[in-house]
Amino acid sequence: MEYIIELFKLTQSFQEKEVLKGIDLKVEQGEIIGLLGPSGAGKTTMIKILTGQLHPTSGSAKLLGKDTCKLNQEIYKRIGMMLDNFGLYERLTVYDNLLLFARLYELPKERIPKVLQQVGLAEARKRVVSKLSKGMRGRLALARAVLHEPDILFLDEPTTGLDPSTAEEIHQLIRKEQERGATVFLTTHNMAEAEKLCNHVVLLHEGTIVEYGEPEEVCRRYNHQNKLLIRLHNGTNLELANDHTSADAVRNYLEAEELETIHTSEPNLETVFMELTGRGLE
Amino acid sequence: MKNISAIFGKQLKDTFKNKTILIQFLMFPVLAVIMERSISIEGMPEHFFMNLFAVMYCGMAPLTCMGAILSEEKEKNTLRVLMMSGVKPIEYLIGVGSYLWIICMLGACVFCWTGKYTGKTAAAFLLIMAAGILVSMLIGAAIGTWSRSQMMATSIVVPVMMVFSFLPMLSIFNESIERVARITYSQQLHVLLNSVEQLEISGENCVVILANGILAILLFWFAYRKAGLA
Repeated sequence: MEYIIELFKLTQSFQEKEVLKGIDLKVEQGEIIGLLGPSGAGKTTMIKILTGQLHPTSGSAKLLGKDTCKLNQEIYKRIGMMLDNFGLYERLTVYDNLLLFARLYELPKERIPKVLQQVGLAEARKRVVSKLSKGMRGRLALARAVLHEPDILFLDEPTTGLDPSTAEEIHQLIRKEQERGATVFLTTHNMAEAEKLCNHVVLLHEGTIVEYGEPEEVCRRYNHQNKLLIRLHNGTNLELANDHTSADAVRNYLEAEELETIHTSEPNLETVFMELTGRGLE
Repeated sequence: MKNISAIFGKQLKDTFKNKTILIQFLMFPVLAVIMERSISIEGMPEHFFMNLFAVMYCGMAPLTCMGAILSEEKEKNTLRVLMMSGVKPIEYLIGVGSYLWIICMLGACVFCWTGKYTGKTAAAFLLIMAAGILVSMLIGAAIGTWSRSQMMATSIVVPVMMVFSFLPMLSIFNESIERVARITYSQQLHVLLNSVEQLEISGENCVVILANGILAILLFWFAYRKAGLA
């Protein structure tokens, strides 16, 4: 199995403070992996190491089979990146921002309108970036990241501060990139986003991985209560054991058409994180 | 080469939208044209205002522009994005540097036209300006690289730029200042520009400008090693 990302006992320290503590992680091609954790957990540091901006204190990191301390221009051309503050040229137009990178990646100019169409910015191509809304800037940053159809996309908090509809548009674009075959490595502290988008999630806390797996699987793992949560039409909320002993009661409610909703009680990622670390993600 | 030309093109597009930089390019050449044409006092050396403004232009425009461009790109993370797109630091510096040098040389051409220099005199004038612009750009690059933000860069650029720009003017009025100013490239540029028509170049002029240039390269190298580009 060839991995796009391989981390082996990765440690990063800044002076006395250890930000990452012996991280081991492997990411397969074509998956969306979410790195979750509160501010200061080490998410951005990990992206910086993976993209060669930082050299790890110890351990090793490989990206596309290459040591991240030795990334060259060929590797950089296979990476797309969306930073948390976007890094756009404010005085240039939407089109000129992409034109610069099209020239750097040696792409034909015809690629720009296509990508602008994809991100819904075709109408805004002549607008200066400083006049764009935050959502539009986010979409432009994503357009720049996918312009050259990279093998791997690094998205640092791609939807932070965006309204739900813009965030959903960005989610759709990320899924399209995955369909194209790209691997997506995203950091977020939005649990709902991770549950919806990611094939695997990594819960990071104080520089260590406290949990890893498919979002549903992780949630199931922490389903200690194993209960059925029932709400009846008359407003009554009930908790029943999620086993054969509740079968008759549930059937009776169904037959009497009293049942309004029924759910199993597995926790969401936020609850799992709280249980593991004793703190929330915000 | 394509990366350098892409950076160059990007800077060129930015010129007319970046008023701070545009003013730097235009202010002194325009002032020189106006003063040179409108003020004439008996006993005043020929091209007095033009030479003075040319030196001020050399000490101010390339230094502040280079510092501003680099620090802005660092602060807004655009430089990091460029590096992540396969642009090498040297390509970026050559792209921005060549753009700035050419634009500043256009300003120098305006001074040259104001002085009605032709032939060898014009060539010597432009050569002196080219050397001064280069040294200023290196100092600006060192400050821009060292600074994490535009505000930090401005707080360093302003006093440095004032020293180099105003020392030649203050030297006219005070001999002690003139003795100190001799070790700066801007003062040597002023001396050279004042005698450009006689084409008198002394060893001191060349040594001081070269030494300032080498010092600027060392400063830049130190800043680059310490802070890096992105």
